[in-house]
Amino acid sequence: MPTFGFTHLQFLLQGALWTIALSACALLGGGLMGLIIALCRVSRFSVVSGIAWAYIQVVQGVPLLVIMFVGYFGLPALGVPVSPLMAAALSMTVWVGAYFGEFWRGAIQAVPRSQWEAAECLALTSTQRMFKVIIPQAIRSATPGTVGFMVQIVKNTSLASAVSFIDLTRAGQLINNSTFQPFLTFTVVAIIYFMLCYPLSVLSRRLEKRMARGMRGV
Amino acid sequence: MLLDGALVTLKLAAVATVLGFVIGTFCAVGRNSNLRWLSALCTGYVEAIRNTPFLVQIFLVFFGLSSIGLTLSAVSVAIIALTINVGAYTGEIMRAGFNTVHAGQWEAAECLGLSRAQVYWHVVLRPAVERVYPSLTSQFILLMLASSITSQISVSELTGNANYIQGVSFRPMETFIIIGAMYFGLALLMRFAFWLIALVIFPRRRRLGTSI
Repeated sequence: MPTFGFTHLQFLLQGALWTIALSACALLGGGLMGLIIALCRVSRFSVVSGIAWAYIQVVQGVPLLVIMFVGYFGLPALGVPVSPLMAAALSMTVWVGAYFGEFWRGAIQAVPRSQWEAAECLALTSTQRMFKVIIPQAIRSATPGTVGFMVQIVKNTSLASAVSFIDLTRAGQLINNSTFQPFLTFTVVAIIYFMLCYPLSVLSRRLEKRMARGMRGV
Repeated sequence: MLLDGALVTLKLAAVATVLGFVIGTFCAVGRNSNLRWLSALCTGYVEAIRNTPFLVQIFLVFFGLSSIGLTLSAVSVAIIALTINVGAYTGEIMRAGFNTVHAGQWEAAECLGLSRAQVYWHVVLRPAVERVYPSLTSQFILLMLASSITSQISVSELTGNANYIQGVSFRPMETFIIIGAMYFGLALLMRFAFWLIALVIFPRRRRLGTSI
């Protein structure tokens, strides 16, 4: 029976790279999705904002694992062939989009009323008002929470291992199956995850503190 | 079969909620403690759990315990792992709650000669919980959703059963959409239950209509 060695560590690090890649996909896709959802949520048309609201409620009320299964097992059943990476990235996009959408809606609506009115007085169109006045200010207040949520994204990519995507967790499982050293293997896996996530947590906390200071100055 | 699974999911969520709340509260007390090593220990626990995926934690407990010769059923492992996980998150929330209690209250309690434990139990705990109650509620609902992950160590809860059903029926889309709806229903049910609990344990708000 092989014992945990350097090759295993290499395999884990390779898995970690895939975890990072999937997180990046989720961040990009989910960011785009979240922006669309947030804009729909603050729309004047109640149908549009109603649909966005329903999307958020449904996705937040269903476990990510179930969304992943829908993507991985459900799409092929409908005749759409998907690779594990595709399925995982799509599901993460849907899931992240809902959380970012709700979160950024809050940030957009937290921009003081007077800013909206001032933009209108300057005769900006509603698109200009949104992209040149409101969103730049909303980004400022949304940043700490967004960075904090990136920790959730990295952690939750581990669920992609359930749809046979070889990420860090799956790599750990495979190694455990051949070496039978679960404590060592999964501790190493946990440490790698910790090294990915902890800097993000610290950064988010620091940004939050800085924000609080900035606000007091105003 | 799906209803059986939903029942298991609810049971897991209920037990882990209660145990996790107790652990989280003690953890928050520990972090506020004057003993350096105790607060460092609690901080380390919270940071370690919050920065690693639940799936890895559950594998560590499941395979780790069996490798040192302790064989437990999948359900008990699931409860242990869920409790450890939610304990850390609750600890963080409760610490925020304790911090919102006015310093004057702490000092007043101390002046009355109450011991540290009495201060927490009689003076601080209830207003702290009352203030962070919305966060606690959503954390426990997230916990219920996270319990779907225990299907990966062969607990036959809602997701596990659904996975089995789609395996034998080749109807994945229908199955997962149904359990998606069921999770949604469970989340609503939990929200309602927490609302009822709030009515019972926070009588002040109901009686006087005062804000906190």
